[in-house]
Amino acid sequence: MRFWGGIDVGSLSADAVIIDEEGRLLGHAILPTGRDSREAGSRAYAGALEAAGLTPGDVVRVYSTGYSRARVREAEGAKTEIACHARGAHALYPDVGTIIDIGGQDSKAIQVGKGGRVLNFVMNDKCAAGTGRFLEVMAGALETPLDHLDELAAQSTETLTISSICTVFAESEVVSLISQGKKPADIAMAVSRAIARRTVGLATRVGVSGRVVMTGGVAKNRAVVDLLAEILGAPVDVPDEPQIVGALGAALFARDERG
Amino acid sequence: MTEFQTFSKMKELMTAYYFEAKTTKEKPIAWITSGAPVEFLFAMDIIPIYPENYAAMCAANHQSVELMEAAEAQGFSQDICAYARTDFGADILQGGPVGGLPAPHFLLCSTNICKTVIKWYEVIARKYDVPLFIVDTPFVHDGLTDDLLEYTVAQFKDLEQFLARITGRPFDHEHLAEVLRLSQEAAAYWKKILFLARTVPTPINSLDSFIHLGPIVTLRGTQGCVDYYRALYEEVAGRAENKIPSVPGERYRVLWDNLPVWFKMRRLENFFQERKCALVVTTYANSWGGLSNYEDEEMADPYRLLAASYLNVYINYGFEERIRYLSGLMDEFSLTGFIMHSNRSCKPYSVGMYRLQEELSQRTGRPGVVIEADQNDPRVYSDAQIEARLDAFIESMEAAS
Repeated sequence: MRFWGGIDVGSLSADAVIIDEEGRLLGHAILPTGRDSREAGSRAYAGALEAAGLTPGDVVRVYSTGYSRARVREAEGAKTEIACHARGAHALYPDVGTIIDIGGQDSKAIQVGKGGRVLNFVMNDKCAAGTGRFLEVMAGALETPLDHLDELAAQSTETLTISSICTVFAESEVVSLISQGKKPADIAMAVSRAIARRTVGLATRVGVSGRVVMTGGVAKNRAVVDLLAEILGAPVDVPDEPQIVGALGAALFARDERG
Repeated sequence: MTEFQTFSKMKELMTAYYFEAKTTKEKPIAWITSGAPVEFLFAMDIIPIYPENYAAMCAANHQSVELMEAAEAQGFSQDICAYARTDFGADILQGGPVGGLPAPHFLLCSTNICKTVIKWYEVIARKYDVPLFIVDTPFVHDGLTDDLLEYTVAQFKDLEQFLARITGRPFDHEHLAEVLRLSQEAAAYWKKILFLARTVPTPINSLDSFIHLGPIVTLRGTQGCVDYYRALYEEVAGRAENKIPSVPGERYRVLWDNLPVWFKMRRLENFFQERKCALVVTTYANSWGGLSNYEDEEMADPYRLLAASYLNVYINYGFEERIRYLSGLMDEFSLTGFIMHSNRSCKPYSVGMYRLQEELSQRTGRPGVVIEADQNDPRVYSDAQIEARLDAFIESMEAAS
């Protein structure tokens, strides 16, 4: 048996996968990037190997992606997140037309053509509003773990609005809503809606067509995904593990390289 | 940058220019915008000084942040053009590569590049208590009309009277004709150099042309400028003939829209070299070839010729004309894609850019990318963010090829 690896080192998390000849996922790992992105990539890779019950010697080739793709020790090649998310999402959903990916400091909408080819893409401008970091800061202000933010939002009964696009100002809006005695659940919902609306703007710019798939860490937030579907007026599919789609794409590129 | 032997001559030329401007006791000094009719100044032996050129030099020397901070400390908003802020700062601190610009006797600005220059030059006029002459060049929505030309020509005639008053001498029409001839000749060489980039592989890339812009911006209308570009033309033409590439292994040929990112020239050069991507043509460097576009008899009147050239500036055009022009360049230079620099400083250059990208991609079937950056302000630039977008763009050219 031959195996391939993909490592995606982003600003917030380092994700790795191992696949076989058919592109089946054998193991994966997701770790916080922390301050040493090279080390984080290696640890994620080791974690994925362990989950697959393999050793580095079993792996033919590894590709990297993500912001620190050039710093990944184990990688023989690198591809951008755009290409990898398209490739990975296409492998999971062959009829995918639009990908919405919200990562740590980037959000992007990708139009995908035949074979997972990137037709067009749009990324957030240089401001990181509407990205994973935005949610992280808001979760902090609400003193709620990031992965519980959507459960909290689910209990919302009153519609509130976060109007500022800027993460810093939006955080003070959250703080002042708390001090006005507003319910944390309603604020969590307002925060989710702010990020969803901004993302829809991005997706509309690139053009939404075909099946819509959401990838990246923020796709784990049910509230954001539901709001996205509601505002887009189209269902939004989320893979079982949306955070490893980029790494999966990288592994597929590694597999498809000859030799 | 591509190693052109002529480069040392440009350094000499620019050093001599700044040296004369800083030391002259006889010649009047005028501060002028890049798109203003400098020919009238040379006709009267006035030394033109270009704050825009100086601001770019400051940024390329990594001195712009300190200067902008000095301007911001005096209340200039971070939202105004970074060239303006850099120059205000250079004036406050007498900073930058030549220690500030020589004080002006008067100012000449033209609105064909933006409207910021009006307020910018009013600030300088107040500070130095000197007269300001504004040549109002209306926006060209739908092609040049007689009204537009006449309106502009009338202002040139006023400008001549203004210059006669300032210098105390009658305006020298004979000298103007000579200056105009030199200006046209230099513009023609400049355009010929840029058009050599139609060669595959290109012997000159756009980062080179940005660097070699200095004389055509500041010295057009002088013999030195003509001589310089003739020499550069011959050198580049020789390389074109011998198929010496400016980017070894050239694989992608790309258009760059908008100003350069002056403080990232080196890093971007390495980035594009590594990816075998040649920036082949730019709307920006092309802007100084305009005077050579009118050699026919219809433009025999020098005033109409000048008016047409200074109105016919890329960022003074409407959307349709920009699209037509860009699509033409994509084919003429055999390009594989295009990069649009959405420049925080230069709003008239950047407005409508996402729409322009969409339309141009549709018409040409070739990929393009918009990057958000700034010509002069490193504080609003992120290497990782920009390079991720550029890499994805290069991948999409790869997939399309």
